[in-house]
Amino acid sequence: MSEAPKPEPRSPEAATAAVQDGEDASLLHPELLISDLLRYGVAASLALVTLGTVVTFFRHPDYLVSSEALQRLTSPHPVPHTLGDVVAGALAARGQAFVMAGLLVMMAVPVMRVALSLLIFRQQKDRLYVGITATVLAMLVLSFLLGAAH
Amino acid sequence: MTPFLFMLVVLGFSVGAGLLGSLLGIGGGLILIPVLTLLLKVDIQYAVGASIVSVIATSSGAAAAYVRDRMANTRVAMFLELATTAGALSGAFMSGLVGGRGVYLVFGGVMAWSALVMLRRMRASAEAPVPADALADRLALHGSYWDESQSREVSYRVTRPLAGLGLMYVAGTVSGMLGIGSGALKVPAMDLAMRLPLKVSTATSNFMIGVTAAASAGVYFARGNIDPFIAGPVCVGVTLGAWLGSRHLMARVNSTWLRALFVGVLLWVAFEMLRKGWAP
Repeated sequence: MSEAPKPEPRSPEAATAAVQDGEDASLLHPELLISDLLRYGVAASLALVTLGTVVTFFRHPDYLVSSEALQRLTSPHPVPHTLGDVVAGALAARGQAFVMAGLLVMMAVPVMRVALSLLIFRQQKDRLYVGITATVLAMLVLSFLLGAAH
Repeated sequence: MTPFLFMLVVLGFSVGAGLLGSLLGIGGGLILIPVLTLLLKVDIQYAVGASIVSVIATSSGAAAAYVRDRMANTRVAMFLELATTAGALSGAFMSGLVGGRGVYLVFGGVMAWSALVMLRRMRASAEAPVPADALADRLALHGSYWDESQSREVSYRVTRPLAGLGLMYVAGTVSGMLGIGSGALKVPAMDLAMRLPLKVSTATSNFMIGVTAAASAGVYFARGNIDPFIAGPVCVGVTLGAWLGSRHLMARVNSTWLRALFVGVLLWVAFEMLRKGWAP
């Protein structure tokens, strides 16, 4: 990132100009790609969480009036904790399963960000950073595998 | 309190935590865990589970804006994530082995120490020259950012990358252990050890926190510590707050004020942690 400093970094014109110059925008502006991935990933996650919350209250109208249900909801109890649980719950149109799916999307966003960084560094032929990024990605994948085996 | 009202209260607190967190470069988990457990009587295991997801939400939401504005140094972030993810992995597994009280005590001590160090540097604000570092040159860590309050592009040099790496391993371990972003440890590591400007340190910390938290979130999910009923509203609220903070406040906040606010929060959190470790 050694191009001339822009007085207004937030302006979308910078990205458009790069495309018009016939150059690959992702090469010159990896920041924009990463920023978009983060934004859309978070948006997708929040949409799922919100949808799931609406479904939950729709299926459990007593949650709006009863205070007994809260006791049950905030004390220790089993929650879906495998991918299978979440998929099965979502298929049964359980609101909390949609919320959980949204939370899983949120957890996946940083992993996808690192994967995208890896592609960008490869495109820039930056060997050192390809190595660094690949190691970080490997550790993230390892953590999810170790968590599942735990 | 009905579940509906409970959810609204959680949502409200989460917006506040997200706002403050994005300004300070912390995930907001430090504010949320005491609120959820002490005020709303949520079981600690679910509070930690909700916190770790909210930490990813804050980081990703705020980082999207910081990266676009080229405030976050993505190369420094990538390099240091080597240490934070390794630390988070160790921490998530160590949390089962080490007693909770011991962790709180050590953590409280570290926080108080970083607050004092930052306070001292706030008084002696004269900028000393940054020593040259061959590894930092080799990794091309140096950068520049647009300073809104000065209306000019400020370039900076980075030093001591290995010291940063070591401190980040500690930050990652704490993050994995307690389910927090530990931005309060990441910011001083970059600001004080590696000599990045505070605004860049804050933005880069935010950018890194998501990856650190993701490394431990998998373990918490598999343990069944992430309850959608609590983590859902926390996640939405925190993202909203973080978006408001980074979008509308960050560029206008003066560095000195930001640092003073940060020191205040550090001291408060240190006190909370020490108290928790002291009393069973």
